[in-house]
Order: sequence, then structure tokens, then C-alpha cells
Amino acid sequence: MNATAAEITRSEVEDFLFLEAALLDEWKLEAWAALFTADGEYLIPPLDDPDADPLNSLFLVYDDRHRLNERARRLLNKAAHAEFPHSRTVHLVSNVRIVERSADELQVRSSFIVTRAKGPLNDTYPGRSTYRLLVTSDGLRIRSKRAALELSQLRPQGKVSIIL
Amino acid sequence: MRLETPTRLLENMLIDDRQRGVFRVNRRAFIDDRLFALEGRAIFERCWLYAAHESELAASGAFVSRIVGGKPLLINRDRNGGLHAFFNTCPHRGATVCREDRGRARNFTCPYHGWVFSDEGKTIHRPIDTSYSPACMEDSTQHLTPVPRFDSFAGFLFVNFAQGPESLETYLAGAGEYLKNIQAQDRESMIVLGSPQTYSARANWKLLQENSADGYHASSTHSTYFDYIRNREGAVRDNFSRTGFGCVRNLGNGHAVSESLDGTPWGRPLARWIDSWGTEIRADVDAAYAEMVQRVGAERAKTICHGDRNLLIFPNLVINDIMGLVIRTYYPTSPSYFEVNAFALAPKHEGPRLRDLRHRNFLEFLGPAGFATPDDQEMLESCQRAYATQTWVQWNDLSRGMLTEDGPNPAKQDELQMRTFWRRWHELMRRAGETEAV
Repeated sequence: MNATAAEITRSEVEDFLFLEAALLDEWKLEAWAALFTADGEYLIPPLDDPDADPLNSLFLVYDDRHRLNERARRLLNKAAHAEFPHSRTVHLVSNVRIVERSADELQVRSSFIVTRAKGPLNDTYPGRSTYRLLVTSDGLRIRSKRAALELSQLRPQGKVSIIL
Repeated sequence: MRLETPTRLLENMLIDDRQRGVFRVNRRAFIDDRLFALEGRAIFERCWLYAAHESELAASGAFVSRIVGGKPLLINRDRNGGLHAFFNTCPHRGATVCREDRGRARNFTCPYHGWVFSDEGKTIHRPIDTSYSPACMEDSTQHLTPVPRFDSFAGFLFVNFAQGPESLETYLAGAGEYLKNIQAQDRESMIVLGSPQTYSARANWKLLQENSADGYHASSTHSTYFDYIRNREGAVRDNFSRTGFGCVRNLGNGHAVSESLDGTPWGRPLARWIDSWGTEIRADVDAAYAEMVQRVGAERAKTICHGDRNLLIFPNLVINDIMGLVIRTYYPTSPSYFEVNAFALAPKHEGPRLRDLRHRNFLEFLGPAGFATPDDQEMLESCQRAYATQTWVQWNDLSRGMLTEDGPNPAKQDELQMRTFWRRWHELMRRAGETEAV
């Protein structure tokens, strides 16, 4: 029998988020995209407004399910020059809290630090994520991931060519 | 040690041989500290520089504070509707007066000693002012200092750090017409959407100016973007790899545009519908187009709605009106690092469905997490790193299409747009070099 949202523990959520982090660090990006529901979305809001509405503000990433899948596929192509050869990343996930539960969905907040090493550069991306996780018969799935960078400017990193 | 004059520094900098069709730039231009210092004086302190869009200052009391051409500025609208641009520094001891990026204020208070400035830049309060002499209090330098020149064209606000005879309109030359066509995209005004993307690259700033209207790099640097479009649309007209698609115009004063009509595979929210957007949104796109035709006439509407433009305004403004509409401006802090502010611009009266589409469309290519911009940055940074070999590998080549550049249609995949920039750069650097020694 499937677990309901009420029965999911923080440890189970953490296991899921750690799995997501491991897939990203190991460049198993198509498996990462498969963690999303069919209506899943992946967002990086503007640096100065983590709660912004994508209708009124210029985001960094505003991916629907199709776009996030293409993002993953594109990054695996060696003509995605910013990530060839692949950078080395560590996705650290911490401060995980379940902040809301409905019948089949959890809202989860976490903090992250992603480090990226490529050639002569070592860059760090700190921030906070808000997830909406759907409880399915296959386990948790991501309906929405909003990764808000806690940076005042994207400098000197300059770009977010990896998935946070 | 022998002092090198700027004139000597600029020797052997550019090869511009129209007869043979050879144009080369010495890679020293990207790495030399003395040239970098001269650029500050010869270019950034002499040219009109884009500072803000009027829509950011629409409300009474609205302000933005930002770095423009390396200098902290405070730009605001006073309670009577007047626009001002000040150096964002306290006349007392120099502290940054306004430390928020944007907001609304009737007065500005310096946090250091509590001096208060009106929205017209006048010092209206000094704590314990009885200790100041009348001469000190009345000195006109004891207020916020306005930038020497500040003007508006088609909603775009520019500053100039030098006094001079050349008006903004004269400076913009042929680029003015293009700015007017952007302004015409809404019946009332264009608006900046939210805050800018503030990013950077570890490369020389001139490489971004070269890159921003470079039709030649698209099919190799951005092959993965075109793969994405191909997967989505089924097929793509691969115009970037043939010649005769679109053209480049020299707009004068170092400005240039690369433009085409219906030549690119992406959609335009205003107004060029593509299959993958679905039929539901098509009525919105058609209605936006019809409104343009009705307001500006069929010919101009077609140019605006079905055309794509990469507009380069010397020295550091790019307006790309492509799958998104971006105002991109940048400033170097060293020969090998620059900072970018990129703003999304949109018609004020655009409906929510088209607006949503506009955001998604912008981000499919543009911005530091788009499917294209990071690869541009990677190319720029790889060029910059390799210029460590400049002593042995001296020249960059920008000769493409040189023998036909005076013809009717210099091609988009050629390099007239870069040559236009470099000729102006060289002229201004030499002019400054003749009057000073470094």
C-alpha cells in the first residue's frame, strides 16, 4: 500500500533529496529529469526576489517539464561548451524541513551549497530550495523545484551552467 | 624607464587593409593594462552610456542606484516629475548615499554622518550645522553632484561623464531609428520586467561586444540550442550556415545592427508564431500583430514583428530583439573581467499569456542559465586565457566579407559589425592618445 503524505518522514524526504544530489553530481542528468512529475517544473528566481512571480520578473531558469528534460539532455552533449569537459560538482543539501502537507503532496524547504570546479575555476552557489513533492506509488516525485540563490549578484560565478 | 605614449602604445594595433580585404586586431587590445586605463578615459568617460530605462523610474520618487561605466550613480524621479542622475557619493566625505538597488524615496540620507538630500539632490539637513561657516554651507559643491550630461531617447536614459557638444541624438546616429522601433512595440511604453540579471565573465569586455551580433558563431557555439529547437519544432531552417541571410548595417559612430526578416527558427511573442506554441496562443500573437499594423502601418509592423535585430550601440550597449528582448550593458573592472547587467524589456500592455510566453522564450536562449549564453561566456573566457600567448600569436582576424562590406547587403555571418566597432575604438583611443601620455 502506498504511503500517504501524512506518513512520510523527514528522513525519507532527505533520502530522496540526497538521491537527487547524487544523480546531479554523477551527471546522471536524464535520471534527474525523471524524478519530476509530468507537470514538473524547475525554477531559479531572480537573485533579489526569491518569491517573485515568473509572470512579472525575469528569472534565471523557468523550465517546464519539456524544457528541464531538454536542459538535462543538452548538458550531456559535448557541444554544451560551458560544461565540456564536465565540471565536478558537490551538491550539499541541509536544513531539510517539511513545512506543509496535503493529501498527496509535501512542501519541503532546504538549504544548499553547490560547488563547481572546472579548469582553473572553483565556484560556489549557496541558496535555499522549495520543493513540492508528490507522493506516488513509485515514491516521491518533484512537482516543483525552486532553487533560490542567496547571492546578491551572480559574480564572479558569471553563469549557472549546471543544474542546482 | 622610458615612458610610452599612448600613440606608441596604439602602434601596430589594427590592420585595416580594404584593398586586400584584411582586418586584424592585435590581441594586446584585450590584455594590456595601459590600454585598459586609456579606454577608461578615451571611451567610457567620453561616450554616451546607457544608464536606465524610463519605465524603471515611472513612479514619483522612484530611484535606481547602479554602477554605470564603473561609476556609482543614483538616478531618480523627483516629486515634480523631473529625472536626475547623480554621482552616488556624499559631498561630505564620500560615503555611498543610496545603498539600495531600487525603491522610492522623497529624501536620501547618507548613513555616515546623517546628511540628508532632497530628491533634487540639494543638501537639506546637516546634523549640528551650527559648527559650519556660512561659506562652507553655501558652497555649491556641498550638494549631490549631477553627472555632467543626462538625456533620454525613446525611453532609454543615457549619461555622459564629459561635457561636449555632441547631443545624445547625434551620438546615436542611425541607431536612433532602431530604438524608436523598440519603443513602438507598445502603444504607450515599454517596461523593464523585474530586476536585471547581474552576471559577469572572466574576459575582456570587447569580446562580448564582438560576440553579441556575431552571426558566424551561431551554428557551432550554439549547436545544442538549435538541436533543442529541432527536437521541438521537427525541422529548422539552418540559415546560420549559409550566406545571404540577413544583413549588417553600419549605423555610424561605431554602432551597427545585424538584422533579418523571418530568417530565424525561433518564435517572437511580438509577433511571429511557431507551431510548438500551440494553436491556443496563436490568436493572441495574431491580435498583437494586428494591433501593430493598425498603429504603425503594415510595412513597419512587419519589420518590427517579423524581424530579428542584434543592435550594437558603442561602446557597451547591446539590444537584442530576438526570441527575447534584452538590454545588455557591461563594464570592465580589469582587462580580463567584466560585469553585465541584462534587463528584459516588454510591451506594457501585453496580456498575461503572451507575457508568460515571452519569459519562457527569453530564457530558452538568453541569460546566464539559458541554453546559449553560458556557452558564449565559455568561448569568451577561453579566448581570454589563450591571449597569454599574445607575444607569439599576435592577431585576431575579422576579415570576413571585407571586400563586399560597402555593397548593398553585408552578410550577417560576416564581420562588418565588429570592424565598425574596432574602427571607432581605434579612432577614439588614438584621439585621446594624441593629447596625453600614460
